[in-house]
Amino acid sequence: MDKKLYYTDSATVFLLICSMIWAIIGMFAGVYLAAELVMPWLNFDIAEITFGRLRPFHTNAVIFGFGGSALIATAYYSVQRTCHARLFSPNLAWFVAVAWQISMAVGLASLLLGYTSSKEYAEFEWPVDIAVALVWVSFGIVFFGTLATRKIRPIYVSNWFYGALIIVVAMLHIVNNLALPYSWMQSYSVYEGTQDAIVQWWYGHNAVGFFLTAGFLGMFYYTLPKQAGRPIWSYRLSVVAFWAFVYTYIWVGPHHLHYTAIPDWLMTTAMVMSLILLAPSWATMVNAVMTMSGAWGKLRSDPGMKFVIVSMVFYALSTFEGPMLAIKSVNVISHFTDWTVGHVHSGALGWNAFVTFGTIYFLTPKLTGVELFSKRLANIHFWIALIGVLLYIIALWGAGISQGLMWLSLDDFGQLKYSFIDAMLVTIPYHWIRLLGGLLFLFGTLLMIYNLFKTFMAGRLTKPVLVKIPPVHKGYEI
Amino acid sequence: MLKLHKTIESNSALLIFGILIVASIGGFVQILPNLFDESLRKGVENLKPYTALELTGRDIYIREGCVGCHSQQIRPLVAEVMRYGKKSVSGEFIYDRPFLWGSKRTGPDLARIGGKYSDKWHKLHLIKPQSVVPESIMPAYPWLAKTQINANSIQAKLQLLQKMGHPYSDLQIQNAKQNLTSKTEMQAIIAYLQVLGTY
Repeated sequence: MDKKLYYTDSATVFLLICSMIWAIIGMFAGVYLAAELVMPWLNFDIAEITFGRLRPFHTNAVIFGFGGSALIATAYYSVQRTCHARLFSPNLAWFVAVAWQISMAVGLASLLLGYTSSKEYAEFEWPVDIAVALVWVSFGIVFFGTLATRKIRPIYVSNWFYGALIIVVAMLHIVNNLALPYSWMQSYSVYEGTQDAIVQWWYGHNAVGFFLTAGFLGMFYYTLPKQAGRPIWSYRLSVVAFWAFVYTYIWVGPHHLHYTAIPDWLMTTAMVMSLILLAPSWATMVNAVMTMSGAWGKLRSDPGMKFVIVSMVFYALSTFEGPMLAIKSVNVISHFTDWTVGHVHSGALGWNAFVTFGTIYFLTPKLTGVELFSKRLANIHFWIALIGVLLYIIALWGAGISQGLMWLSLDDFGQLKYSFIDAMLVTIPYHWIRLLGGLLFLFGTLLMIYNLFKTFMAGRLTKPVLVKIPPVHKGYEI
Repeated sequence: MLKLHKTIESNSALLIFGILIVASIGGFVQILPNLFDESLRKGVENLKPYTALELTGRDIYIREGCVGCHSQQIRPLVAEVMRYGKKSVSGEFIYDRPFLWGSKRTGPDLARIGGKYSDKWHKLHLIKPQSVVPESIMPAYPWLAKTQINANSIQAKLQLLQKMGHPYSDLQIQNAKQNLTSKTEMQAIIAYLQVLGTY
């Protein structure tokens, strides 16, 4: 058998399994944090699990462990299919898959031990940063190597997004983490104070933009047309939206620093660009909805597709809410409150996790060669997760807007109307609802893992799946 | 235009460079000028670099992730200035590596907490926050009072910061280790909290 005639998916399977493990670890940490807010005794005076140390553990585990592994897995899968080519260097692909997990495990453990650079979503200290950078560059070599050896001339749109993910995240990661070490696990940033803030939020918002959006759009642009059995509605729209997206997103970081000590013009450019960003974001959403026209019936029979379509609804919601929060006069109320946390989760749960779940439900039968163990269970997962995320974001709208308004309220004598504690106490009932929402979401994920586990077990009884690389349509050869 | 894109999307090298260039523009415009903007690096009057004890306290603040719940940035809003003190300005942060402005106020802002409460209050509060603020949801940090400062890296820290332009004298660096002997982490973090916003 000539291996070169077949796709290689073993690293994809491994990464998907790791992704699910990180999902459980990361989401459990999130639920625990939510519980600590309403039951502070859960901190148990144990340094490693106090809120301050567990919070970066949670964010990094879900973004880079769960999200990162899923992105690399789906990139490997889809780049082969859209290029009619076997992965460039499957060994290097496996190295990336394993080294990513090791970097995450070491990095996350070090966060609990208190080694942190404290810059949000970039908390890992310098040795882990270097490891992550090396793994990421290797991922780039595998991905672009596959593109370079493709048999079909056009590069499909999902690959532009994965490409943007790889290139821009490499740039962001390296520039933001520049630091000089004073010990083997600790360092000081090369940027001071205000400059550090500007660089950090250039990174921070584009970690959202390119890791959590471009990457997942790549996943989405592959999965949805496949599930719907229809091509993307407007390729032209996807071209325009892509370049507008890549250009505009980079500008919006300083909206995290509204009314702080950074130069005023930065806030203004960020606010304007944030509003402009609504256009490419919604163009993608429109493209998705139009691609579905004529295929809506499939929603009834395909639970994975439900996840992907609803992910687009949350994508549209978050990419509308984001620009609104970037308007300075709205930001006055929302900044520093739970509203921001709710906004992040409407994106991270409703959009990123949903599109990932939908894609995994779609890929698992293809990777195992057997039908999904239970569609019914997948449907139940869908509804539980949907109720969970809705409870979560609605609760934090309530908490955030209450906090924001109470902090700024003055009484008839021009004095502060509420103490800080007053505004904190108001959020507690909302925090209970948020905890419930998070628990439901976690429970749904557990159902999914059971479902996938059963499917994989059934798949082990059959022959391993080998997919032969199909010939390229006439006229599209490279 | 679409013809041009046909070329770009048929050539992976062009696509890579295209993305790199288009994605760099915003960063160049927004970040580069600020890296060379001397006005951002000019400290406010009387601002001193952190002493060895305060710096150690700051690193404990970083280690425990206090920044996850406490901001250090007062916005120029009437209510905010009334609650926390005068607005934060860039020159107050020139010795802050990394910056600790934060993005969430589960607890109150700490930019000007220095001098507002006694050392004793801070100690009680950090050991058991509910003992002084009954409704507080802050975790307790009793181990800080029981842990001696690890002073092994203090000289390396100060030398590094000196290299980065923080005005430490060689004498300060020499004496740094001595200044930390038989001090607890609690004393260090209180020293840091008490200097915040005082200059």
